[in-house]
Amino acid sequence: MGVGIEVRGLNAWYGKNQALKSIDMTVPANHVTAVIGPSGCGKSTFVRCLNRMHETIPEARAEGDVKVGDLEVYGADTDPVEVRRRIGMVFQKPNPFPTMSIYDNVAAGLKLNGFGNRKQISELVERSLKMAALWDEVKDTLHKKSGASLSGGQQQRLCIARSLAVEPEVLLMDEPASALDPISTSKIEELIFQLKQHYTVVIVTHNMQQAARVAELTGFFLMGSLIEYDKTEKIFTTPADKRTEDYITGRFG
Amino acid sequence: MPDSPSVATVKISVFRRLTNSCATLFAIAAAVLVILPLMAIFLYLLIKGVQSLNWAFLTQLPKPPGEVGGGMANAIVGSGIILAMASLVGIPVGIGCGIYLAEYGRNAFGDVVRFTSDVLNGVPSIVIGIAVYSLIVVRQKHFSAFAGSAALAIMMVPTVARATEEMLLMVPNNIREAALGLGIPKWRTTLSISLRTASAGVITGCMLAFARVAGETAPLLFTTLGNQYWSRSLNQPTAALPLQIYTYALSPYDDWHKQAWAGALILIVMIVAAVAAVRIVTSRGTLKGAS
Repeated sequence: MGVGIEVRGLNAWYGKNQALKSIDMTVPANHVTAVIGPSGCGKSTFVRCLNRMHETIPEARAEGDVKVGDLEVYGADTDPVEVRRRIGMVFQKPNPFPTMSIYDNVAAGLKLNGFGNRKQISELVERSLKMAALWDEVKDTLHKKSGASLSGGQQQRLCIARSLAVEPEVLLMDEPASALDPISTSKIEELIFQLKQHYTVVIVTHNMQQAARVAELTGFFLMGSLIEYDKTEKIFTTPADKRTEDYITGRFG
Repeated sequence: MPDSPSVATVKISVFRRLTNSCATLFAIAAAVLVILPLMAIFLYLLIKGVQSLNWAFLTQLPKPPGEVGGGMANAIVGSGIILAMASLVGIPVGIGCGIYLAEYGRNAFGDVVRFTSDVLNGVPSIVIGIAVYSLIVVRQKHFSAFAGSAALAIMMVPTVARATEEMLLMVPNNIREAALGLGIPKWRTTLSISLRTASAGVITGCMLAFARVAGETAPLLFTTLGNQYWSRSLNQPTAALPLQIYTYALSPYDDWHKQAWAGALILIVMIVAAVAAVRIVTSRGTLKGAS
């Protein structure tokens, strides 16, 4: 089951550049929450702070209170590796491991974390691929083909399956469909809709229609601040802030 | 398809076709020029070497000067052992160094290591031989296979390290992010994801280093010395093919000259066989569509 996310006073920097300015946000469990905003507004940085991927970039740092379920993400004794294990991430560009088979791609998170039970791994791989709606397309070539040999849309679903295999509580998606064609995009969107039964999903998107289609809640970021955060319907019909309205009506960004 | 190209495009295309053929011809000629000397050397070796290549050559010890026959069994085994020991040390150290440079070495210390290894790569092999001679042989007061392996290992490290670094840097960063995002620790990501993705290039680098030191004679002159008999331990002067070839080629005996050719042929065959074996073993698991 998914868990909720509580963000209080989150700040993030790249060197001296402040990318996020005291963000407060509550993401409910088992919902899809979209993060929208113009390029460079900090929306990708925001989700990368939730699983401490942000700090893997040289000179990047973040501070604040982030609670995912009972896990203090920025707690003093919290291991970032443990955080990333519990909070999965899907990136903008599909990034399967090119030298690994389809099966090994999905199993990678389990095997490389020392999870040794072969039978359980194989069950989890099958379940994850089914959940990512990829099983039927790849079940005959699981061990024969490389993950890189799939089409772009299939690769992205493979990456989703790979994230699901480690059984995270939250799934972060950083513009997961922006590099895909419309058919693959709609498959991914359908998938996101299914996933929220089991996971809490936070999705960054450039595409406002996409936010409107998949998310129950939407947050609008501008220049590192969270301007408005409400039910998606409200954001897109009667936004409270003028800047939100300007953005969604296409006046800038 | 749009038809009937205009007169102008026909003219251009004739010119282009001509330049195209010229460029292709040039590329083919260059390729032939590269292959030609290699084939010439190999054929010449084959013709000269095969004459005295027989079972005795592979299994017997060298005969004293003046006696006909005998072989280079001790040198073949000695070379194998010295190269194996050198690779066993040189390759892991080189790969480790390359990993450091690529994944952690974006700092002043990394720059020092990078510069040092480039310089080491350019140091003449005889200088490395002398250095190992004064560091190991003089202190131990005797020549040994160990000292020879040490010299060759030192020569392998910079080649392997720089090849590993360059190959790791070519691994796209989003592959690393994918692994870190799955909660895989950094060390595991480096070894099981980045290095694995770069493995084809890293193996090529190791093979290049191996092939380069396999034929080295100068550093062995100062370190293993050579031996007309079997060595009873790795801590003794040991025979090696390049040394044996060197000694035999400089000797006044006709029979030894012939044996030197055979030795050279065996040395080349050993290198080719080792490189081919590694290629076959490591490419076995390659998947369809893997890049």
